[in-house]
Amino acid sequence: MAHSHDLTRRTLLKGAAGTTALVGLGMPAIVKAQSDVIRIGHLTPITGFLGPLGEFAQMGVKLAADEINAAGGVMGRKIELVIEDSVNPQTASAKAERLIERDKVAMIIGEISSASALAIGQVANRTKTVFINTGANSDALRGESCNPFMFHIEAANSMMVTAVGTYLKNENMIKGKKWYSLTADYAFGHDLFKVAKKFVSENGGEFIGEELVPTDATDFSPYLLKIRQAQPDIVASNLAGNQITNFIKQYAEYGLQFPITGFGFDTAVAWGAGKGNFSGIWPLIWHHMVDTPSSKRFVESFSKAYGKPPENQSWGDYNSLRIVAQSFEELKSTDPQKLAEHLRKGAKFDILKSREGYFRPYDNQMVQEMYAVRAKDPDKMSNQWDIYEPLGSVPGPSEDLEVLAPPKDGTCKMPA
Amino acid sequence: MEKEYRLAFVFLLEQVLNGLLVGAYYLLIALGLSLIFSLGGIVNLAHGAFYAIGAYLAVTLAPRIGFAGAFVASPLLVALLGVVIERLLFRRFYRSDPILSLLLTFGLAMIIEQSLRMIFGAAPLPFSIPTEFRGQILLGNFIYPRYRLIIFGVALAAVIATWFLVYRTAFGRVVRAGVQNPDMVGALGISLQPYMTAIAAIGVGLAALAGVLLAPISGVHPAMGAEILTAAFVVVVIGGLGSFWGVIAAAALVGVVRGVTIYFFPPAGEASMYMLMALVLLLRPRGLLGERIQKFE
Repeated sequence: MAHSHDLTRRTLLKGAAGTTALVGLGMPAIVKAQSDVIRIGHLTPITGFLGPLGEFAQMGVKLAADEINAAGGVMGRKIELVIEDSVNPQTASAKAERLIERDKVAMIIGEISSASALAIGQVANRTKTVFINTGANSDALRGESCNPFMFHIEAANSMMVTAVGTYLKNENMIKGKKWYSLTADYAFGHDLFKVAKKFVSENGGEFIGEELVPTDATDFSPYLLKIRQAQPDIVASNLAGNQITNFIKQYAEYGLQFPITGFGFDTAVAWGAGKGNFSGIWPLIWHHMVDTPSSKRFVESFSKAYGKPPENQSWGDYNSLRIVAQSFEELKSTDPQKLAEHLRKGAKFDILKSREGYFRPYDNQMVQEMYAVRAKDPDKMSNQWDIYEPLGSVPGPSEDLEVLAPPKDGTCKMPA
Repeated sequence: MEKEYRLAFVFLLEQVLNGLLVGAYYLLIALGLSLIFSLGGIVNLAHGAFYAIGAYLAVTLAPRIGFAGAFVASPLLVALLGVVIERLLFRRFYRSDPILSLLLTFGLAMIIEQSLRMIFGAAPLPFSIPTEFRGQILLGNFIYPRYRLIIFGVALAAVIATWFLVYRTAFGRVVRAGVQNPDMVGALGISLQPYMTAIAAIGVGLAALAGVLLAPISGVHPAMGAEILTAAFVVVVIGGLGSFWGVIAAAALVGVVRGVTIYFFPPAGEASMYMLMALVLLLRPRGLLGERIQKFE
């Protein structure tokens, strides 16, 4: 009978291991094929710790498709979305290939994880299919991993850092201050911390603590005690996804008073924290209070369709599809090579901001304005979505948009 | 120099004491898992999912009946769900190959997680500590959030209540006999089935209780159950299968070891509990206080 004892204990251990491999087996949401449609692939994680953002991405791209189709489609043809959960880099790569080869999509939009975006980017380059990255921030994607078919409407980490850093400088939060940072212990966090540390040191700040936090940590109390023991002037988050929600909730629980800031941020994680927990100054690529006519129109139709305001992730996927539709219309073609050339040639697009954006040919990064927000006093919040107030946009109206873009340090080598 | 050492010692002591508080957090999650496994031999991979349901119920019910109301109602509702699931599903798997119950509960976990996603969306739902439980208590220079002390108190009460039930009542005597030798209990003319149902209900009810208590201090999202499940298993394995006190000792140990590891080397914070598990299994294959249970030998 000794065997069954072993079996039971081993099975339990296997079970423990199995839970870490809980993967979502999402079904592809294919709207049945019609003869003359333009198919667009959408690939983003909707399970796992980036899932909350992926859901907003899907809402954004669906809204754009509905609007385009309601207005008569592109060149008289309807847009048909093929939507999939990218899960992880291996699955993302396999699904990208399937979208291109089996579903014959005209191009691919999506992704949030930098590792998966890299995998999709490689497939895009090999098959010469345009891929617009709507959520992955790693600078390496715009540097050594860049390629002529991968475009980035999402900001690079260095853009997030410069955007929020400009406001931190204005508030005297950098020069001569002691910083303590918590960083998500994976590629994105490391990349973000590197650029953040460079920015803070160059502007006269000093890091007295720099901790790596495993992505599966849910209890932050030991870190909070260390922060309290170190007595920094500023606490900075380079965390990601649900980590940020847990961190700001427990920061409030421990009642720490050091001002918080963060270099990476998404509105959904703060909406999900709850009243009285959110504080600090944070960067955003776009937010639902941006005051331009096209932005207001987007917020209105999104709120009508989904009963809540759009998150910054919805902005990326919504705009990407509109950019592609507009380009196809102008080119009178869905040829991927032509699309890539058109995007790189400096075509300008209304991206719901006060200035138009464009992809620069050096690294295919969308050059654009960015924003910073400050958490609102809980008593002044009018509803659960009203959690911060805008601090303004960078670069300033008189500055060149490119001052915000990653430095052209020569790491991106596009084939001529 | 001496002053520096003293300061380092004080900081470390603070981490150790905080680790004991964190242990209460792990204990609440692991206690029910251990109960269900000990009696029925079911490795309940859906335990985290019940924890998530508990949290979502708290978020849904609190605006209507208050946090205190949700604190009572949510575990009771989930315990009822536990009764249904035990009657319909678990019951068929007590005597079969453990791999089957593993598959069953794994599937159940996925169904519950996806259902939560379909009903509430993938984004975390806002939820905060009730105003009356906010604030911190300073003991010397040590800081303790009031809410965490409440969690500690509830965990303590749950442990005492469970201990009383299992070791000091007629109900508990049958349960303990059932753990050791179900056939003999049957031969004595006692049907174990209602006891199994009750234990499953208590087990998942405890998971929901943990969900309610942790909802204000961690993100309420569909995958929150999968997030804590592995840690719960680690605690049960370290404690020793079927051991009541083992789970308590293991939860405290995991909390303290994790806190101390984060003090010295934060990147290994989460890995520390797995290293601890490996070490314990090497030295004591049945876990810290694991009992020799006939039916598992």
